[in-house]
Amino acid sequence: MSVIEVRDLSLARGGERVLHHVSLSIEEGEVLMVIGPSGGGKSSLLRCLNRLEEPAPDTVFLRGQDITTIPVTTLRCRVGMVFQKTAVFGGTVAENIAYGPRARGKTLSRDEIARLMKLAALDADLIDRPARELSGGQEQRLAVARALANQPEVLLLDEPTSALDPVATKHVEASLQSLREQLGLTMVWVSHAVEQARRVGDRVLFLDEGRVVSVGAAQAMLDAESADPRLKAFMEGQEPARAKAGPGAA
Amino acid sequence: MEILNDLFGGDLFAGLGDLSRVLLAMLFVAVAALISRWQRADLEKDLFWATVRSFVQLIAIGYLLELIFQQDNPVWTLLLLGVMVLIAARTTGRRGENTPRATLIALVSIGFGTALTIGVLVLLDVFAFTPQAIIPIGGMIVGNAMTTATLVIVRLSDDLAAQRNEVETKLALGATGRQASLTQFRRALQSAMVPIIDTTKTVGLIKLPGAMTGMILAGASPIEAVQLQLIVMYMLVGANTFTGLSAAFLTYRAFFSPAQQLRVVGQP
Repeated sequence: MSVIEVRDLSLARGGERVLHHVSLSIEEGEVLMVIGPSGGGKSSLLRCLNRLEEPAPDTVFLRGQDITTIPVTTLRCRVGMVFQKTAVFGGTVAENIAYGPRARGKTLSRDEIARLMKLAALDADLIDRPARELSGGQEQRLAVARALANQPEVLLLDEPTSALDPVATKHVEASLQSLREQLGLTMVWVSHAVEQARRVGDRVLFLDEGRVVSVGAAQAMLDAESADPRLKAFMEGQEPARAKAGPGAA
Repeated sequence: MEILNDLFGGDLFAGLGDLSRVLLAMLFVAVAALISRWQRADLEKDLFWATVRSFVQLIAIGYLLELIFQQDNPVWTLLLLGVMVLIAARTTGRRGENTPRATLIALVSIGFGTALTIGVLVLLDVFAFTPQAIIPIGGMIVGNAMTTATLVIVRLSDDLAAQRNEVETKLALGATGRQASLTQFRRALQSAMVPIIDTTKTVGLIKLPGAMTGMILAGASPIEAVQLQLIVMYMLVGANTFTGLSAAFLTYRAFFSPAQQLRVVGQP
């Protein structure tokens, strides 16, 4: 059974359709990269998977169960999310990481917090540091540790490296890869960087104007020779940006 | 005035006493308008209309109060209070244009704050339920409650829009809408309560407040005036708190769907 299955999902906002009949499935332990141009519906799709946007009933399933029938706070613990721009809350790194469990009346021990920091490749010495003093890359790894505190089955990543420099991008990618190896975590990773999709994705889904244009194994699909014309145009449009920012830049 | 009396026949201003003092006071406005013109501050038109409106509104309410004070039926008092609450809610609702159902929220919160405060004052026998007591007291409460409701609604909706990323991050971590907007809820309430708290802290040190000044001018002893002023201050703190809390509660609720999704105007 797929971890997440989307069946014929459409979404309208302000009278305008942002997703058109999207269907896909995500398997256990898989990293699915969702790529496409800005405004193509990538973030809207991701937000439907944890009900930050409301999908119609019987369109999104978590392990076979319609997500609109799962209590929403439970769903969001099972399907964690890391945003493009990390919102760092007031207080220490430890307090930030413990936010999710605390919202449900649970306390995390310092050992548990330290373990989560290690999983997210965050230096243990930072545990009592005011979270707002962290660098951009550290903030993103804090966001990962914070999401992991809820013990999610799926991690949604909404362009987590797009605001980072190439070095910080590599660190975040490495920590997420390591997470996948250690925990077998399923990830849906939105990116607009083709090179990143090639580096970290098992499969790639190309979304344009709210429609699934193509989906397939990362290497095969991103092979320029066989690519769909729209995907090819998207990839070619990225070339100058990639050359300027260097590999791994989002 | 005599010309007007001749024109309309009878003593048109009989209930007003000597209006010459009011007209003399208007000289201040005339001087302000002259200064504005001299300094090209472009305030003359606003000053003129503010003066005309305040004159007409207060004279009209004076006659209306005379009429209601002569009635025995408390329904008239309640009706006037209701009209005050409606006007206040409409004013606040216009300010809170980014908040869903802002006028309804304002109506409920101002109405609740006013009803609760007046109810407690009457039940505890601080004031009798007479139009002479309840209408001026109600006016003070509604006016203050309107300011508080506006500050809460506008601040909370602005903060939820500006800090949407933080709120949605908390929602995505499994927080409820209430938990996710707690910081913004507290800030809105605190900022709305600061004026009345500061006024209460400094009362008597910086200025003598309105009710007390009025009583002393009317010949009451300063101690009597202070007693009434203390009642008014504490009453307003209570009314503002009830209104602020209910406005904040209803506003945050208006921004979250039953599935704990943040609804913000201008959502991408």
